Amino acid sequence: MSSRDDILASVRRNAKTVAPDLPDLEADWIQYADLQQQFSEVIETVGGRCVAAESDHDINNALKAIPEYSSASKIASTIPGIGESNVSLSEIDDPHELEDVDFAILPGEFAVAENGAVWVTDKDLKQRAVMFITQHLVLVVPGGEIVPHMHAAYERLHFGPAGFGVFISGPSKTADIEQSLVIGAHGPRSLTVFLTSN
Amino acid sequence: MSHATQAAKFVEDQDRAHWHDQALWFVRAKRDRMATSLPEWETLREKASQIKAYTMSHLADLLEQFERNATKLGVQVHWARNAAEHNEIVHNILFRHDVHKVAKSKSMLTEECHLNPYLERHGIEVVDTDLGERIVQLNNEPPSHIVLPAIHRKKEDVGEIFHRYLNTEEGATDPEYLAEAARAHLRDKFMNADAGITGVNFAIAETGGFVVCTNEGNADLGVSLPKLHIACMGIEKLIPRAADLGVFLRLLARSATGQPITTYSSHFHGPREGCELHIVLVDNGRSEILGSDDFRRSLNCIRCGACMNTCPVYRRSGGHSYQTTVPGPIGSILAPARDANAHNSLPYACSLCGSCTDVCPVKIDLHHQLLTWRREIAVRGLVPLSKRFPMRIAGVVFRRPWLYRWLGGLARAIVPWLPRFLVYNRLNAWGRQRELPNFPKKSFRQTFRDRNEQ
Amino acid sequence: MQVGLFIPCYIDQLYPQVGMATVRLLEKLDVTIEYPEEQTCCGQPMANTGLTEETAPLARKFFDIFEKYEYVVCPSGSCTAMVRHHYEEYLANVSGFDELKKKTFELCEFLTDVLKVDKIEGRFPHRVGLHQSCHGLRELRLASSSEVNGPSFNKARRLLESLDEIEFAELSRPDECCGFGGTFAVNEEAVSCMMGLDRIHDHEQAKTEVLTANDMSCLMHLQGLIRRNNKQIRVMHIAEILAGES
Repeated sequence: MSSRDDILASVRRNAKTVAPDLPDLEADWIQYADLQQQFSEVIETVGGRCVAAESDHDINNALKAIPEYSSASKIASTIPGIGESNVSLSEIDDPHELEDVDFAILPGEFAVAENGAVWVTDKDLKQRAVMFITQHLVLVVPGGEIVPHMHAAYERLHFGPAGFGVFISGPSKTADIEQSLVIGAHGPRSLTVFLTSN
Repeated sequence: MSHATQAAKFVEDQDRAHWHDQALWFVRAKRDRMATSLPEWETLREKASQIKAYTMSHLADLLEQFERNATKLGVQVHWARNAAEHNEIVHNILFRHDVHKVAKSKSMLTEECHLNPYLERHGIEVVDTDLGERIVQLNNEPPSHIVLPAIHRKKEDVGEIFHRYLNTEEGATDPEYLAEAARAHLRDKFMNADAGITGVNFAIAETGGFVVCTNEGNADLGVSLPKLHIACMGIEKLIPRAADLGVFLRLLARSATGQPITTYSSHFHGPREGCELHIVLVDNGRSEILGSDDFRRSLNCIRCGACMNTCPVYRRSGGHSYQTTVPGPIGSILAPARDANAHNSLPYACSLCGSCTDVCPVKIDLHHQLLTWRREIAVRGLVPLSKRFPMRIAGVVFRRPWLYRWLGGLARAIVPWLPRFLVYNRLNAWGRQRELPNFPKKSFRQTFRDRNEQ
Repeated sequence: MQVGLFIPCYIDQLYPQVGMATVRLLEKLDVTIEYPEEQTCCGQPMANTGLTEETAPLARKFFDIFEKYEYVVCPSGSCTAMVRHHYEEYLANVSGFDELKKKTFELCEFLTDVLKVDKIEGRFPHRVGLHQSCHGLRELRLASSSEVNGPSFNKARRLLESLDEIEFAELSRPDECCGFGGTFAVNEEAVSCMMGLDRIHDHEQAKTEVLTANDMSCLMHLQGLIRRNNKQIRVMHIAEILAGES
């Protein structure tokens, strides 16, 4: 018998139906009066930054005000009109070439108020490595696209064809040395989320 | 060596033991703040527990469903009966791709299977990329906690280890500085890895995808650069629906570290274009546990480590005192299932306070299972004489009220007159650090009877 | 009301004053007590070592002795929890066992839940540190535990609060285990004593004058450490305080 069949047989032999049905996921889940405010408060606590922006112009100005951005030499933006992109992600075949990217500016699909997370996918992104390898990450999320909690988040998500998606909540961090929080473990040293008004 | 012996060694260094206790209590306190910030906390725990109970009831069907859906996405699914098969499968894949360097993120399963030494024996460099795991890997010791692998190491220790292996300045202890050095060191490893290995936090039957959670982003860096990703998981990591993640991701990080969610919760559905993704499903004793009414619920564990952080014994004895891959309360249940004889002291490394049961996000009745393990160990005749003998005697006495009364009276009459050195002798573990109670002249029984006769 | 008094073996042998305080407290509340003399030990030490064969006859014996009473009351959360939660495998099919479980109470919960006592007459002009014994807390739910997110309550403290002039020491870890744990106290002596000393330190920081709990076993362990280390904390079982000892 193959290992597969062996394991499945052993599972079938041993399993008992203690719970015939799955629970529904309905409950009186937490609601927030102001989703934007909740999101931006939580993202601060996890080391990120949230900026409300009226227009692309606002975002570009806010970017210029970030010292690391003004001194950045490699900037990769996939959002037309936002950021002074000088790395064309769609032309990069080997993700290792992204090693020295300073800033990546990417769209986030929606945000989650309860935990400051943003859902980002590799739908129009040839090399998803850029989200993790860049020194600084900027996500641009429509301000109207904030759900209160993770249950609402999964109601929106459909995993059909192959693809990659990630909830990102703050910059890369570690507390593995004596529980001291250090921002910028392996990945981005900062995360800025722009919530746009349209 | 028994847990008690190892624990006593850890406690000997009082300052360090207290520091360790405080460090973990700090994490428990952060968890409490997060748990109380959600009014629906107990509802979430209940839902999680129900989802897991369903999963364990239908595991074979769900595994098949997962395999079908994952395969459709272009994933290659492998099955391993035990650790040896698991290691062999992983090695074969690596061998086929001529891999010499692997970047691995945290996976308790690969620890359980001792994958690293196996691959190293086959000439493959495996770098643990989680900072805590890298610290203990450099120091050639196992993790002492499943979420905080280097929690037993002070920053001075880390400074010394990094000085030795990463050429940091001698005596440097600043966490920022040390983490920056690790960042540079590990970036180099990421850039040069030929393959990435990760664990799996949750695998979704309905979609064939899986989720990996990290704070550092090391799993993602490890698998988004090379062309080969191998994900290793125990068969119990399955959940039926993607929507179930809403429940589990809300509980996991809050319980583990007191964060609202981990920095990265990555959902992998199929390989990157032009790349390969392999999933290894491992049994290694899990299907046997499934058959036990007493211990089935231990498979619900989502490896958050909250039971360790809250356990007053773990906090004061350190993870290594358990001598198992997974220490603490849950480890003391899982380890005897694998080898009851080798781990027969673990179910006794517990004061039965029940804090683990109340803190567990999937409502495993941990302290009751530990008590059940004690019975199981007794049934199998594995209770050492030192524990068994006094209880046999006590049993004989308690079954005979006259003997109980007579012996009690005798003790109360004699003990107070004995010289101190006789009472507080080497064999009296109670009296090493504690006074015995003052022995009264009369028992309650006599006192009550005397009063009623007056 | 006919109450069978269940006095744990170590209280019988070592702390008769705690048993007597329990008697006085219940009598003050007009409860008629009977103390069945054939009782010895509920079997918890054997059960917690895993020795079911040694436990079974003691469970049976307990049932035979206490079955006939309207209520069974015990000044120990741990021994009460043994009867209510851990006799199942020995007595599950014995008729009358379900009733026994339902009528067996720890002293404080008997006062608050059965007798519906709101106020204990008397004064206790001391700063009291209340130790939450684990089995009372997490098995019997005599109070809310710090891990669970729900309404806060504490039956023992509610009774103590009704005494005049009492003050409470507020601990930094309100319900951490003292490290007694039955045979754990000797099997894992090093960790057990460290846990106990840490609890005592917390009470010292909170300026506890009188340390109390509803389990004398925890207190025996803590008192052993207090006396060895010459600490200035007095130890009293909660029954002694409620019965009006000063």
